[in-house]
Amino acid sequence: MQTPTPERSELMQTLFGRLSLDAIPYHEPILLGTFAATALLGLAVIAWITRARAWGWLWRDWFCSIDHKKIGVMYMILALVMLLRGFADAIMMRLQQAMAFGDAMGYLPPHHYDQIFTAHGVIMIFFVAMPFVTGLMNYVVPLQIGARDVAFPFLNNFSFWMTVVGAVLVMASLFIGEFSTAGWLAYPPLSGADYSPGVGMDYYIWALQIAGVGTLLSGVNLIVTIVKMRAPGMTLMKMPVFTWTSLCTNVLIVAAFPVLTAVLVLLSLDRYADTNFFTNDFGGNPMMYVNLIWIWGHPEVYILILPLFGVFSEVVSTFSGKRLFGYTSMVYATVVITILSYLVWLHHFFTMGSGASVNSFFGITTMIISIPTGAKMFNWLFTMYRGRIRFELPMLWTMGFMFTFVIGGMTGVLLAVPPADFVLHNSLFLIAHFHNVIIGGVVFGVFAGISYWFPKVFGYHLDKFWGKVSFWCWQIGFLFAFMPLYVLGLMGVTRRVSHFEDASLQPWFITAAFGAVLIGAGILASLIQFYVSYKRRASLRVVGGDPWNARTLEWSTSSPPPEYNFAFTPRVHEVDAWWDMKRNGYVRPTSGFLAIHMPKGTAAGITLAGISLVFGFAMIWHIWWLAGLSFAGLIGAAITHSFNYDRDYHIPADEVTRTEDAHTRELAAQEA
Amino acid sequence: MSATAHAPGLAGDASRFYLKEEHHPQNGTLLGFWLYLMSDCLVFAVLFAMYGVVGHNYAAGPAPKDLFYLELVALNTAMLLFSSITYGFAMLEMARNRKRATLIWLAITGLFGLAFLGIELYEFHHLIHEGAGPQRSAFLSAFFTLVGTHGLHVSFGIVWLVVLMAQVRKHGLTVVNRRRLSCLSLFWHFLDVIWIGVFTYVYLMGVLR
Amino acid sequence: MSARIPYSLLLLPLTFLLAGCDAVVMSPSGDIAMQQRDLIVVSTVLMLLIVVPVMLLTGFFAWHYRQSNKKAAYEPEWHHSTQLELVIWSAPLLIIIALGAVTWITTHTLDPYRKLDRLDASRPIPADVQPLKVQVVALDWKWLFIYPDYGVASVNEMAAPVDVPIEFQITASTVMNAFYVPALAGMIYAMPGMQTQLHAVINKAGDYEGFSANYSGAGFSHMRFTFKGLDGAGFDQWVAGVRSSPTTLGREEYLKLERPSEREPVRHYGQTMAGLYDAILNLCVEPTKMCMRDMMAIDAKGGLGLAGVYNLSRLSYDAERRRGSLPQPPAEYVTALCAVAPEVMLSPAAPPSYGLSRLAP
Repeated sequence: MQTPTPERSELMQTLFGRLSLDAIPYHEPILLGTFAATALLGLAVIAWITRARAWGWLWRDWFCSIDHKKIGVMYMILALVMLLRGFADAIMMRLQQAMAFGDAMGYLPPHHYDQIFTAHGVIMIFFVAMPFVTGLMNYVVPLQIGARDVAFPFLNNFSFWMTVVGAVLVMASLFIGEFSTAGWLAYPPLSGADYSPGVGMDYYIWALQIAGVGTLLSGVNLIVTIVKMRAPGMTLMKMPVFTWTSLCTNVLIVAAFPVLTAVLVLLSLDRYADTNFFTNDFGGNPMMYVNLIWIWGHPEVYILILPLFGVFSEVVSTFSGKRLFGYTSMVYATVVITILSYLVWLHHFFTMGSGASVNSFFGITTMIISIPTGAKMFNWLFTMYRGRIRFELPMLWTMGFMFTFVIGGMTGVLLAVPPADFVLHNSLFLIAHFHNVIIGGVVFGVFAGISYWFPKVFGYHLDKFWGKVSFWCWQIGFLFAFMPLYVLGLMGVTRRVSHFEDASLQPWFITAAFGAVLIGAGILASLIQFYVSYKRRASLRVVGGDPWNARTLEWSTSSPPPEYNFAFTPRVHEVDAWWDMKRNGYVRPTSGFLAIHMPKGTAAGITLAGISLVFGFAMIWHIWWLAGLSFAGLIGAAITHSFNYDRDYHIPADEVTRTEDAHTRELAAQEA
Repeated sequence: MSATAHAPGLAGDASRFYLKEEHHPQNGTLLGFWLYLMSDCLVFAVLFAMYGVVGHNYAAGPAPKDLFYLELVALNTAMLLFSSITYGFAMLEMARNRKRATLIWLAITGLFGLAFLGIELYEFHHLIHEGAGPQRSAFLSAFFTLVGTHGLHVSFGIVWLVVLMAQVRKHGLTVVNRRRLSCLSLFWHFLDVIWIGVFTYVYLMGVLR
Repeated sequence: MSARIPYSLLLLPLTFLLAGCDAVVMSPSGDIAMQQRDLIVVSTVLMLLIVVPVMLLTGFFAWHYRQSNKKAAYEPEWHHSTQLELVIWSAPLLIIIALGAVTWITTHTLDPYRKLDRLDASRPIPADVQPLKVQVVALDWKWLFIYPDYGVASVNEMAAPVDVPIEFQITASTVMNAFYVPALAGMIYAMPGMQTQLHAVINKAGDYEGFSANYSGAGFSHMRFTFKGLDGAGFDQWVAGVRSSPTTLGREEYLKLERPSEREPVRHYGQTMAGLYDAILNLCVEPTKMCMRDMMAIDAKGGLGLAGVYNLSRLSYDAERRRGSLPQPPAEYVTALCAVAPEVMLSPAAPPSYGLSRLAP
């Protein structure tokens, strides 16, 4: 909590707004420790990069890169880093809830605990799940449709850096000031200026707003990419399923994120300009916020899960060695889910008292979504039927998903029955449900995707042993961490509680904490897996570009793919284009290469995002002069960038020939 | 469709699976910009919805009929509609490849836009001066936000217009600049459409009810 | 790689569910909560009809079609079957039709706004029983219960006679909460300036836990109260006890009570101001503040015109009600147009007594 000293001079107030040295939490040992650790780690990384003289390379080849593949990888790295932070929050909550019974108050005061659960939700959704999903789509979609890059490569880079800025703001709130205590969806009036006067809510607002710009633009970008840049012959109904689900996801992003932007603008006006949209007095209507935020929030759930349905489809058919069962119904199921996801938002607040008819309408539309979802489940099942299933890592994660997700789906439908929801709403049953679908669906899907496409990206496999360790830790850890929460929910225990009187609940919470530790071991095993795989990369090298005997176009080029993806744009005849090519006598061209037209890297994206960071920070701390200055700078930088007409170049034909020849030699060597 | 692609003569050809020449996918800028506009449209949809829900919550303060002068708003609307027409003329000149005339019409468009903004700012100033600022009631909050957001868009449009004029002057009516002019054109007309909604829903229905 | 290990683990959730059968949500003491429990069981069973086969099939297919099983059929190009498609779309559809019908009916019969029509599965409501009226206010961070028929009020404790329908009117003072007594009935939001309703009945005597089920800030974890289900005589006695308390609840006491506080002890008020709940609901306990009801009536007639902009005051004492320690300008509010009538305590004419009705068959 900020308590600016009353004698603070007018000048200091103008110069620094609400910011003062008191904003740094020296008195919180946990935060101080975290800060020390983070600072040390940061310094170590910086020292390492400096020692390796890698700054120039990092800046030119990565930060300013507009190559969709590199941006995809950077999204994944961002998500991994934020996963560690989000998980640290999770384990702190589990620890507190396992300790705080009766006279024991645990180690976190409510004010700190409230920030942690808010941060956990915000980080896991916006800065872990979203970047993971966006990263996968960014990397894979252009390759799957036979394109050289996305439609707007510069915007892609800009979107990424805006997402980073959002994450940086959330992280900064740890050490400068505080984070929101109003829950991850920040219902007013609690999130209004009256009841959350501190900077925490403002960190929340600006982190989400700035990252939201990035998400929206990347949504537009990928839709246009998929609509306009498919290889010749790839009609809509010949697109890989992952591309289909990505298309639907991005349609959802474009149609949902503006609602979030608008509703957060309204909330910030309430906080900054004393308007009365969601206040109690002066005719404000807080229920409107709850409606609007869920009109964004429910589609958001499908934004997260749909691309991973695509991943599972690719994985199941590849590792069953079989064409996907019911491609058409899979596509229609995805589209139906996309549309229906807009008609269910009210099921998040049946308990507001909207009346029986309204409640049952939204309850039943919610249940209807389970029909296409169920159909998808069966499609995967019948893809396995009469297949030759290889239990490689991606398939393992997919099996974990199929078993876990049905339970989550079932409890979800149960929560969609309004009278049942009246007793389960806001309970730990609900928490268990959505972790069941998000871990079982999104996280398992992301890991399936990572282990599936890792050899594509880096040219070597992930270590299988540590992958299995990670999988089993996650799978068993999940059961231990969340099955007790289902039970606790049935015992009438509510979410977001930091202290309990009833000691009989403690064993359940300790079990859950144990599960969280197991999940932590799973995350650790993943990190070890990356390290071990990197160390053993020579022996894990993939043979040819296509280690899994896969079916879609991304596997038709080398692994890792060249900067230009495909030396010649592929021509598509079948749903599983690469499978078709392999079956019907495709011969890799080894001559006749042409110069390739490519976009040029630029520092404009990171610059604009950097200025946005300053702007956000200034707004959060009410440093108005800096906010004005950085806003003007933002406009100025954007205008300057628009005067740059020199945005592309040609990769000369002999360079393409060199690259391709190298790959030819590699293939020959591996065959020999 | 696949049947035609499998024309018998091509079956044995290696190029059945790839293009030998450089592939030029369609430019997606206009589609992308359309998508952005649709997302912007949703932002306005939320603001309209907000106005629809709290638009009658005057908090025992003034109501539309006490505040709005239809004559002024009609004049304002005329400015914006004229600016749309003049932008259309600019696009026609662009199609005829006449740089100077295009620039002149763009300048006129900008002036109409400025007039619109000026009148809107006058109206806002007047309301706030009377004590009917955005803090007075949920109705006024929603009104100022809806109309103000539109005004903010127009301001950005004008900045963009000026930048584009400089770019057209410098580089001429190149392919890139034509594409940019088309995008701004979409944006400008889009704002017109939104304004018609504002004019009808907020002002006309507010005063005439 | 053996995929057999997870199946036994999958039994784990079932074990947990069985363990959960003692849980309050699964064994409640009020008829509404009982019906909600039954609904959970019915819906779960309905869904298990499809979930169990899916899981078994997944396990079987994964095992049978594993790569090492060369005896299993392998049809790499088989990807379509109209009959199968029909089955996989219609099976979930049928379940959802059944569940949808159940949902439609129960959502209406268990609507918290609907008056009860039975005491439990076997007993209709006796004609002579008068429902108990309770007005609930979620404060920062405690619960206020006003009994308008008795003129009494209590904090963090409420009582109700068994087998008597209870009609709750629920609101909040500052932010959203949810009123929830798991043993009695499902929750409903408590929202400032708005009123929700709940109809329920408790069928077994006992002390039950009630709390806020919607996060409302720093003191939320301890926003708990005891719900006492008492027999008729016990309830009459409880009321008499509360009534004997010398403390009264008027505007001033309420405004003091309303300020944020945590872990409030149980308090009883022998007398309560008439119309207090109404004033809370209409956000006008401060005597100079315009009530929402009046404001809405004025707005419906087109507001107060330009003159209305001057009708504002600032709450001078109110800084603490708003949370946080940042120096803020006091909140503005719309001033009441008429003077408020002097405080009168509730004097119930003929409060229902449940001690006697217990004796009636």
